[in-house]
Amino acid sequence: MSAIGLVWPNLGRKPVRTVLTLMSLLVAFVLFTYLRAIAVAFTSGGFGEAGIDRLVVSPKYSIIDPLPVNHQRSIATVPGVEAVTHADWFGGIYQEPRNFFPKFPVDPEGYFSIYSERVIAPEQLAAFRDTRTGAVVSAGLAERFGWKIGDRIPIEGDIYPKRDGSRLWEFDLVGIYRGQPDDPDPGVFLFQYDYFDEARQFGHGGVGWFIVRVGNPEKAAEIASAIDAMFENSINATRTATEDDSQREFAKQFGNIGLITTGILGAVFFTILLLTANTMAQALRDRIPELAVLKTFGFTDGTVGSLVLAEAILLCVAGGALGIGLAAGVQGFLSVYLEPVIGPIAVDWPIIAQGLALAVLLGAIVGLVPAFSAWRLTIVDALRERQA
Amino acid sequence: MPIVSLKEVAKSYRKGREVIDVLDGIDLDIEEGDFLALMGPSGSGKTTLLNLIGGLDNPTEGSVVVGGQTLGDLSGKGLARWRSRNIGFVFQFYNLLPVLNALRNVELPLLLTNLSGAQRRKNAQTALTIVGLGDRASHKPGELSGGQQQRVAIARAIVADPALLVCDEPTGDLDRETAEEILDLLGILNREHGKTVIMVTHDPKAADHASHILHLDKGQLVEQAA
Ligand SMILES: Nc1ncnc2c1ncn2[C@@H]1O[C@H](COP(=O)(O)OP(=O)(O)OP(=O)(O)O)[C@@H](O)[C@H]1O
Ligand SMILES: [Mg+2]
Repeated sequence: MSAIGLVWPNLGRKPVRTVLTLMSLLVAFVLFTYLRAIAVAFTSGGFGEAGIDRLVVSPKYSIIDPLPVNHQRSIATVPGVEAVTHADWFGGIYQEPRNFFPKFPVDPEGYFSIYSERVIAPEQLAAFRDTRTGAVVSAGLAERFGWKIGDRIPIEGDIYPKRDGSRLWEFDLVGIYRGQPDDPDPGVFLFQYDYFDEARQFGHGGVGWFIVRVGNPEKAAEIASAIDAMFENSINATRTATEDDSQREFAKQFGNIGLITTGILGAVFFTILLLTANTMAQALRDRIPELAVLKTFGFTDGTVGSLVLAEAILLCVAGGALGIGLAAGVQGFLSVYLEPVIGPIAVDWPIIAQGLALAVLLGAIVGLVPAFSAWRLTIVDALRERQA
Repeated sequence: MPIVSLKEVAKSYRKGREVIDVLDGIDLDIEEGDFLALMGPSGSGKTTLLNLIGGLDNPTEGSVVVGGQTLGDLSGKGLARWRSRNIGFVFQFYNLLPVLNALRNVELPLLLTNLSGAQRRKNAQTALTIVGLGDRASHKPGELSGGQQQRVAIARAIVADPALLVCDEPTGDLDRETAEEILDLLGILNREHGKTVIMVTHDPKAADHASHILHLDKGQLVEQAA
């Protein structure tokens, strides 16, 4: 039996009380894990890397309004603009909703010329340009779904039906691109805008946003204003921002998620703190004679205090681990509903580590007062109380 | 040389402005191998005296020397370590840890030693066998009778092989028959294992098991031969 052997069994002393406390910790940590994962998905901007020399031109008023594709020609005339391309949000389901990944109809050569950090073999790019139903995917996606060049990939168009009313879009995989070695996989499925625009039932001539490459990133703000000024009085007014800012803008449409999650978590953990502190205080009261007896054997004040502190930490870490584990185990449920909106959600190691650190901290706070009382306990007084 | 030697020991408690003198001018030598019963009315200071001898409390005045060690010379930590090697405590309420089985309860004091886990368990098992509970090692306190729990507490008190056993009303919570068994056990530990035993009791029949009886009255000692 070690020190942990001395601490652990105490949690079994009042099983109902322990289970109830563990349950509330579990709920709190499930909530923590989900909210953190969502907040991370938001603040990371969702999709892919941001370039400092790139601007994103989106509709001024709402991200779901389309912009006319022929804005592209006007944007290209703005001084300082080196290249322009466009993309759109297709939505779409591959096999089942949980297989989420973004799918963009794009201009093949324009897109890869602007996203120059994404590498594709020239003959594959040519095939993409020349195949109407062609699609290219990132290496990560190909690996995730086991796709090979030549595969036919069916996508259900949940937003866009085809002209004939069918929702089945079939794409032929003609290329696989990769991001830079140290960057995360771009994870985007790309197909021909021309084919998409012709085959879709509505929305012709619209695109989601434009991506602009500027020659001098220091002039980015100036160029952005020039672009917006150009469309100021059109019904398709624009809002131009650096790619980085625009990803953050996108997230802001949903409110200040960071503040909301912090607020919710703060309230939850405050409640948990009171609850668990009460549990620990009760647990201590029951055990004063035992702790005093440990001291009679020669356990020092520090050791007895540490045992009580360790117990509080163990309780919180156990509850926390259960909650984090449960959340990580059933995160698919979150993904289905939220990934199409905010991008990939993952309960990754940093979140797990944060959760466990929080559990330790919670345990330390909750255990501090009881540990101090245990530390201060004098044998003689404690044993007298027992006799009284 | 006596194993316990108290010189002009006084103990008083302060309650606000009031000072309560509990022990006054105690001179006491206890020889090694003695089985001493300490009797006296409630509130006469028996527990207080026992706590001083066991190094659980400090006298207001005077010196307490146990096994050649002057307790006043030890700091809190040093005193704790000294207790772990030299004194075994038995209380009226057994104060076992309810979540640990008998073996682990007995093993507790050994956690402070350098013994290996296997050696600790072996010693704990031996102590349980000495008190007649070798076959109850895996029972939790709640699964044992009062007398059995007190035996486990005694095994716990002797597991680190201290020279001195300090017992505060060890039979106070037991029926006559069970009390006799516990007293017999203390007698065996005294005679066959060479433990010096100091036992506080209210019960004259219990005191009959001792080789000496001391009476404490209003903080003063009155010795009588057994
Ligand atoms: N920590 C303390 N603070 C104040 N008074 C105390 C304290 N400890 C003991 N006393 C007082 O000292 C006196 C002796 O107490 P002690 O516990 O030694 O008596 P006792 O002989 O063991 O009595 P009993 O037979 O009831 O156990 C009592 O009057 C008690 O109220
Ligand atoms: Mg007493």
